[in-house]
Amino acid sequence: MGVEFIFPEFEVVRNENRCIACRVCERQCANEVHTFSAEKDIMLSDETKCVNCQRCVSLCPTRALKIVKSDCTLRENANWQNDTIKEIYKQANSGGVLLSSMGNPKPFPVYWDRILINASQVTNPPIDPLREPMETRVFLGKKPAGIERDENGQLKNNLPVHLELSMPIMFSAMSYGSISYNAHAALARAATELGILYNTGEGGLHEDFYCYGENTIVQVASGRFGVHEDYLKAGAAIEIKMGQGAKPGIGGHLPGEKIVDDVSRTRMIPEGSDAISPAPHHDIYSIEDLRQLVFSLKEATQYSKPVIVKVAAVHNIAAIASGIARSGADIIAIDGFRGGTGAAPTRIRDNVGIPIELALASVDRRLRDEGIRNNVSLVVGGSVRSASDVVKAIALGADACYIATAALLALGCHLCRTCQSGRCNWGIATQKPELVKRLNPDIGCERLVNLMNAWRHEIKELMGGMGINSIEALKGNRLMLRGVGLNQKELEILGISHAGE
Amino acid sequence: MIKEGQIRIPSGCAIAAVISKEGKRFSGEMITEAMKPMHDRSNGLGGGFAAYGIYPEYRDYYALHIFFDCRDTRKACEAFIKERFEIVKGEIIPTRKIPSITDEPLIWRYFVAPLKSELANLQLDEKEFVARTVVKINSDMKGAYVFSSGKNMGTFKAVGYPEDVGVFYKLDEYEGYSWTAHGRYPTNTPGWWGGAHPFTLLDWSIVHNGEISSYDANRRYIEMFGYKCTLQTDTEVITYIMDYLIRVQGLTLCEAASVIAAPFWETIERKTDIADKNKHIYLRGMFPSLLITGPFSIVLGFNGGLMALNDRLKLRSMVVGEKDDRVFIASEEAAIRTMEPDAGNIWIPAGGEPVIVKVKEGAY
Repeated sequence: MGVEFIFPEFEVVRNENRCIACRVCERQCANEVHTFSAEKDIMLSDETKCVNCQRCVSLCPTRALKIVKSDCTLRENANWQNDTIKEIYKQANSGGVLLSSMGNPKPFPVYWDRILINASQVTNPPIDPLREPMETRVFLGKKPAGIERDENGQLKNNLPVHLELSMPIMFSAMSYGSISYNAHAALARAATELGILYNTGEGGLHEDFYCYGENTIVQVASGRFGVHEDYLKAGAAIEIKMGQGAKPGIGGHLPGEKIVDDVSRTRMIPEGSDAISPAPHHDIYSIEDLRQLVFSLKEATQYSKPVIVKVAAVHNIAAIASGIARSGADIIAIDGFRGGTGAAPTRIRDNVGIPIELALASVDRRLRDEGIRNNVSLVVGGSVRSASDVVKAIALGADACYIATAALLALGCHLCRTCQSGRCNWGIATQKPELVKRLNPDIGCERLVNLMNAWRHEIKELMGGMGINSIEALKGNRLMLRGVGLNQKELEILGISHAGE
Repeated sequence: MIKEGQIRIPSGCAIAAVISKEGKRFSGEMITEAMKPMHDRSNGLGGGFAAYGIYPEYRDYYALHIFFDCRDTRKACEAFIKERFEIVKGEIIPTRKIPSITDEPLIWRYFVAPLKSELANLQLDEKEFVARTVVKINSDMKGAYVFSSGKNMGTFKAVGYPEDVGVFYKLDEYEGYSWTAHGRYPTNTPGWWGGAHPFTLLDWSIVHNGEISSYDANRRYIEMFGYKCTLQTDTEVITYIMDYLIRVQGLTLCEAASVIAAPFWETIERKTDIADKNKHIYLRGMFPSLLITGPFSIVLGFNGGLMALNDRLKLRSMVVGEKDDRVFIASEEAAIRTMEPDAGNIWIPAGGEPVIVKVKEGAY
């Protein structure tokens, strides 16, 4: 205590009239906020440990608990804000780099919320998705420059291998290790049931999940954890992870305490050793090196899997994407700066990269200007939060979206942003068996399927309103979008008109 | 006010077409008359016709029909054309002065042949060369607008009701084996002649009724291949799509129809003919961004035939009838009855079902 003390961010408010001292909160809190005082026969709280994950609130049988933001504040200062000062105290205490989890929470502009969608009136009829077919199926991959015919003049199928999705959404990369076995089980099963794909992240593929291979994207990242021939062949596609929106330019670090038994075996590293992914791939220092890895992976899998190259949205993303589109990759995945993470240095997460909306718009335009848009499909992620975000992304030019935070929310995540602690009370971002078992993969799968089905309905309603009955006709259809409250430059980059124009 | 091309203007319309399968030529009076009962489908802000077989004496030359805003533009444009083509004839397109058509631009036509040296120099085939020249004039040369560029065919269009436009251009004095017509109901008043329909490129002409919801997806895709949508109209983008699919990619008319009005996946999955099923799966996979959604009925004219097509949900009316060697197509049966009171076999093609009529080989 003393100079090192930082006043807790939250207060645990317990309604003593309702509390029956059943001690559920105590058992549920891995952070050990709640304790029972036998002497006084009441529950006590230590709010210094509370991360506001809402687990106790959700499970309290008498609804006796709430977590509120503490009103004990420092003197108000528009320049030296509370968080800024507390971060300085933390660093003065520890001498360390600040760590954070999940996506950038700072009040940067969210362009999705500054874009509005069109609907048909009079000159062209809206279509009711409950009465008429409404197609959301998409194919991801490269298109050849022209058709070919056989000796009888029949069209030959010269399309390279494609991914087929029942709707333009996939579950983005989250490694086994950063999230739990049960979380992975739920994602894999839901993807299979939905006819979409999930992504292993860079932690390898647990042997139990090889059966979901057709709906799996296997990732190859800079640490190459868990990469071997069978792994590459197990998935429907291979993703080379060059970067992540939450932490462009740096690698990853999964602490040894999370490298337990199965995680260690899946990652192919010793138990308890830190899993450190370097910032670059040490065999890729330039674009021509990337081309070699793309083709190495294709050779290893007999050209039967599309290769995705995932990059973080950074300043010169359009030029980077143009290089990737010529590298032999089939799909480019771009991750915006609001994308989530299991752990990242706070300064990087909050200050590096650019919004996915702008990155997508400029990449799509650049690839079209260069006439190479058909070389690749574009998948975007980095805070796609709803069906309308998906519709806006497709209309800006994406082929499909990656979602991860939204999927975790469906699994029970309450976005407390402390994944790095490994004490996820919802059984998601943890490897502690007693916590992992809190996440029931059957229920998790059902909730993911519910969420995606709900979004699919919403996408269809939005499309029908525009008089569009197939997702292909929405792709890159920027005339269906209008900006509101955006300046000329922003509109120019997004390639859309302002509302009222 | 913002002119067509600077803004996208949706419009409703009337279309009609008549073709002789024997290649027999007849005057434009019939098609002009056909537009009268559909008067209310237009609003006087655009009408036009495409005619095939009208220039037999110049059948080997590209007929460029051009609007000019003034004499200087014409001079500059002619100089540009001379650098690339041999002009065998250049003349004012004859018109009748009638009260219902006013403010006409300078309307000229040129019969031209590309200079062989230019073709060799640019390593282009003739059609691609002509197409690129047309796109260049229309996008870069202010005040000049090429509205027809095929061989032995021509389009005639103006701001006005189509039945008046036919009289204005003296269509009764031309003879063709195939005619298409268009009356326009744009949703504002640009009053620009270039914005009237049909829209053409080389010998492709399109008359179209509808407002496609896939417009910008189609436009941004097709512009990757050297086309420039300067008018921002559905008709223009559909013309370029057909040119790209048929001339550039080498698809058949039927295959092209299956791209732009693709059957639904559930329909494809129900198909029992495996080759046909695979063809549709392939075409949708290969050209997804050329699927056209939203209502449309179009008649695509070309040398030796035409194709009529509706969107896959059949959101616009279109009727077909026949009599002897002639096939009639129109937004309303009344128009067909005007052309041929005894037309038989009147039927309504299903959404996405192309109606292809070809003139007997050698007869055009």
